[in-house]
Amino acid sequence: MTYSYLPILILLFVAAVLGAVFLSLNWILGRHQRNPSKLSPYESGVPLLDENRKRVNVRFYQIAMLFILFDIEAAFLYPWAVIYRSMISWYLFGEMLLFILLLGVGYVYVWKKRAFDWK
Amino acid sequence: MDAIASNAPLVVFIVIGTIAVAASFLVVMMRNPVHSALFLLLTFLCVAVLFVIKAAEFVAAVQVLVYAGGIMVLFLFVVMLINVRHLPDEKMTTSYTLGGIGVGVAIFVLFFAVVRTGAYHDEAPNAAKKLTTVREQVLTQHPTDPNKLVRKWRAKDNRNAEAIGMALYRDYLVPFEVASLFLLVAMIGAIVIGKRELSALEEETAPDYMLERVETEKEVKDLVNAN
Repeated sequence: MTYSYLPILILLFVAAVLGAVFLSLNWILGRHQRNPSKLSPYESGVPLLDENRKRVNVRFYQIAMLFILFDIEAAFLYPWAVIYRSMISWYLFGEMLLFILLLGVGYVYVWKKRAFDWK
Repeated sequence: MDAIASNAPLVVFIVIGTIAVAASFLVVMMRNPVHSALFLLLTFLCVAVLFVIKAAEFVAAVQVLVYAGGIMVLFLFVVMLINVRHLPDEKMTTSYTLGGIGVGVAIFVLFFAVVRTGAYHDEAPNAAKKLTTVREQVLTQHPTDPNKLVRKWRAKDNRNAEAIGMALYRDYLVPFEVASLFLLVAMIGAIVIGKRELSALEEETAPDYMLERVETEKEVKDLVNAN
């Protein structure tokens, strides 16, 4: 059964080899110029507005956190959906309803706290 | 060739396991925290492959979706939040190193003693019995008319996601619902901590980065002109 995943492994291998070949070809054939303008992030000469390592707003973290939580909720739905197809019952339906309702409370709270608003 | 084919899972395990261990070692060795995060991503993906080898496809998929997709984003944001500019060239070893190695070895011995080979292999107690009730719809030939197909229910071999579903939604219902409470707590906690209004005093003493700072268009233009 695990052998059906062999194509993915082969794909990973080919992707790794391809990437390595391109990078090493570039290294072997290309010229090595290490002057400041060559090493700047935008080679076309646009000066940087700011540095890249800046402290970001905590909102990004909040959005990421909420994303993960709802992501986990969705992950719980997959095995439920698989068994619900083969044995439809109010019991199964009710427990998932309770699960989603509990998280729905959090959803309403987040909404009311305007955490989804960027302003 | 036959030897390779029959040992393929072992070969994959050795290769992927080596990459996983090496990557997780590099996570703690890297000076740049973003590089550490990327090596952590590699570790997560390697562990997903190991799950597939153990025929736990669902866990592998969740590993990729939740860990590699979600938690890595969170880690990267945390790295950007705390904003480590340049780590000082500190020594890699401190006075805690010996103690750290000791704790590591102790935990390894504990794991080795508890998670022995085969220790968890035959422990799917009543789940296995219940699982036989999973059915699937299949198209089969009509018993008399060979040109017709009929839909039939038949008992199905247990699949990974189904096995987890059965365990989670029938045998371990309460922990599952408690999990939703944990998610709720995390959700509210993130908002409470993140959306806290600063009092007047705090606003005065707060460092710059805690205050809202929105660059106006004019400021950006000034900055460009200054350069």
